[in-house]
Amino acid sequence: MGLRLFAVATTILTGAVLAAQPALAQKHGGTLKYYHRDNPPTASIHEEATISTVNPFMAVFNNLVLFDQSKPRESLDTIVPDLAESWSWSEDGKRLTFKLRQGVKWHDGKPFTAKDVGCTFDLLLGKAKDGLRLNPRQVWYQNVENVRLDGDFEVTLELKEPQPSLLAMLASGYSPMYPCHVSPREMRGKPIGTGPFRFVEFRRNEVIRLARNPDYWKSGRPYLDAIEVRIIPSRSTRILAFVAGEFDMTYDIDVTIPLMKDVQSQAPKAICELRPTGVYSNLLVNREAAPFNDPKLRRAMALAIDRKSFDEILGQGKLGLSGAMQPLPEGFWGMPPDALKSLPGYSDDMEKRLAEAQAIMRELGYGPDKPLRVKISTRDIGDYRDPAVILIDQLKKIYVEGELEVVDTTLWHRKVTRGDYSVGMNLTGIGVDDPDVNFGENYTCHSERNYNHYCNPEVDGLIAAQSREPDINKRKQLVWQIERKLAEDVARPVIHFLRAANCWYPHVKGLVLHQNSIYNDARYEDVWLDR
Amino acid sequence: MGRYLIRRLLLMLLTLFGISVIIFVLLRIVPGNIADILFDAAGMVSAADKHKLEVELGLDQPIVIQYLHWIGNLARGDFGYTYVSEQPALQEILPRIPVTAKLAGLALLFSILLGVPLGILSAVRQDTALDYVLRVLSLSGLSLPSFWLGLLILMGFVQYLGWIPIYNEKPARLLDELLLLSIPAAAVGFRSSALVMRLTRSSMLEVLRQDYIRTARAKGASPAAVNYDHALRNAMLPIITIIGIEAAFLVGGLIVTETVFNIPGVARFLVDAIRWRDYPVVQSLVMFVAVVVVSVNFLVDMTYAVLDPRIRYEN
Repeated sequence: MGLRLFAVATTILTGAVLAAQPALAQKHGGTLKYYHRDNPPTASIHEEATISTVNPFMAVFNNLVLFDQSKPRESLDTIVPDLAESWSWSEDGKRLTFKLRQGVKWHDGKPFTAKDVGCTFDLLLGKAKDGLRLNPRQVWYQNVENVRLDGDFEVTLELKEPQPSLLAMLASGYSPMYPCHVSPREMRGKPIGTGPFRFVEFRRNEVIRLARNPDYWKSGRPYLDAIEVRIIPSRSTRILAFVAGEFDMTYDIDVTIPLMKDVQSQAPKAICELRPTGVYSNLLVNREAAPFNDPKLRRAMALAIDRKSFDEILGQGKLGLSGAMQPLPEGFWGMPPDALKSLPGYSDDMEKRLAEAQAIMRELGYGPDKPLRVKISTRDIGDYRDPAVILIDQLKKIYVEGELEVVDTTLWHRKVTRGDYSVGMNLTGIGVDDPDVNFGENYTCHSERNYNHYCNPEVDGLIAAQSREPDINKRKQLVWQIERKLAEDVARPVIHFLRAANCWYPHVKGLVLHQNSIYNDARYEDVWLDR
Repeated sequence: MGRYLIRRLLLMLLTLFGISVIIFVLLRIVPGNIADILFDAAGMVSAADKHKLEVELGLDQPIVIQYLHWIGNLARGDFGYTYVSEQPALQEILPRIPVTAKLAGLALLFSILLGVPLGILSAVRQDTALDYVLRVLSLSGLSLPSFWLGLLILMGFVQYLGWIPIYNEKPARLLDELLLLSIPAAAVGFRSSALVMRLTRSSMLEVLRQDYIRTARAKGASPAAVNYDHALRNAMLPIITIIGIEAAFLVGGLIVTETVFNIPGVARFLVDAIRWRDYPVVQSLVMFVAVVVVSVNFLVDMTYAVLDPRIRYEN
């Protein structure tokens, strides 16, 4: 009996020690140093659509809800409370009520209340008097009809239609709460948040500094005293500095697949993790201009895309096959591989696809002696140019003679939206791995980012239907149906989702890179340094 | 001398006016403006919103009105607000000027201290082994791209030797800062020193063949007196010219060095401002560089006049 008791006591004690170990091991203090590859346009997350702003400033803010920072694969199930202690949906799915945390202070000492949530939504919905200069995610909130404040600590979002994914958008790093008492202009230069780190300074082209918020509402967090982000535009210099041990980690997805090997050989202690960037390359075909207004021609082009070659050349075989939604295993909504291969233009039999494409082209009057000459337009950025060059080579096989037209990056969107192109190579970034975001922004008839004006009312209907659907499995079926329609319509043929790596030294602990978005995991309140 | 000075000053003002017009027009010819870039970065294409921003920044005004507005403000010492950070342009520019000035000054010092003595030595020891070595050295300096040399230096000093960090923060003591800047200054000054060395050598060789040098030697003057008292002073005019040109070039041409060594100076800032079409910053910076270049040229002209009385008398 005594021995049994001893064994049970030992087991409980060991369990308790093991359970407590992570908490005991975490150390407070230190400055997390990493570099930034670019100068963020401003510090205002709501006014930017770039990781350059979200990454260094996400830790200044809190959202209502947030994707669990410790879980790498984001989904509706990994959303946790942040400034909202809890949330609930009305039965009809058209009202989302948040109970807000009390006693939270902005970094300037003023209290956070429901009014601030109201002001944030006024900005996002374009209702604020002193509004945002840019509001790139207005489309995310187009279903929000009204924001009702019930006292200081309860807010209800009233929706036009049920939209379960609204919560996912609110959980993104792109959805921080802004204070009523600070103007958008001030937020662009000196942001005030409630987050684990206070803004200290942002010297353009030099450095961004954040310091621990001593009044942070989450007890014991953050572990770090400060975060210092040095802006180093030269990739050689910043990688050299990381290898020399001047930084604790690299900037988000800054290490390309070929570069990762170099970094690991020069800094053998560094840990490097390859992850999807949430950006996919895709083919834009001007559907309104002859001869590309002929669906047959667009189908032939889609059939000629050899994704495996793209992957081998650009990704050393690590990019995989994907539809419009990020593929499995990291993506939540990706089609199963077999289903993906059954989409038009995705089969493994490249020869058969080419033969079919060539037959279509011959039927349209093109051939080796009478090729279709076309300009392949793309932005003057390496990530755009490289796939464009490969595409030109692949299209030659179906009698399309492409000439690369490199467009100054400032003119790209203007050119594309004017329809002043025939074929374009484009990259599309997705803030949240969710169909409402990706399909809503890029494939609905009236979206500003639907650059090639693809419009299929049936697809719009399906997009709206999946958005309303509360059952995840039913919703996935709808999403895959949309994928199929997009492939059949050659809406915007997806070539691949990009991947790149983050590297850090082993003394950086508590860093969890999210696998299906790069925009939602830079809170850094759980990161600590084991020095 | 007084009339010469006034004429030079008037020419200087005219040049600056010309530069102000050219930079203003050139910037507007470059495709895209800040509104295009901001909206492009945000992936937005709303023409109405973009126009609203253009109106807010005064970019919808005719170019002449924009120019008059800018030049009027500039005359009052108002450099405008940067489009990107919305801070006063001067506030963004001023802290960066000393960094670039120190770097350029050190680089110039390096090029003079290395280039002039080695050029003289190379000329005086013409066609000896030392001359060949120095000529190879100077050709190497002219041939090596500064970004490549910079990267090599960084690899050596930062990665392998660990003697210096990548420029992070301005050291508190001036001496520490100068020491930190001395390596990038050497990288950029190496090319200038090669140029100065070659010019010093050829200029010295030309002077050393003159009759009056032969006369000095015939009169029994020591080689040092011939080389330094008689030859060097007369060979200095082209050397001063090239040093003046290099000084101007260094102020405006440190882009690669500042980028590779991550030095937060004016040159790197200018490139970034051009990328964003941040007109107030670019215009102010270019005008600043122009003032420096024109002033250096003015000083070089004045030095000519001091060294060679014929110049001031002819004028």
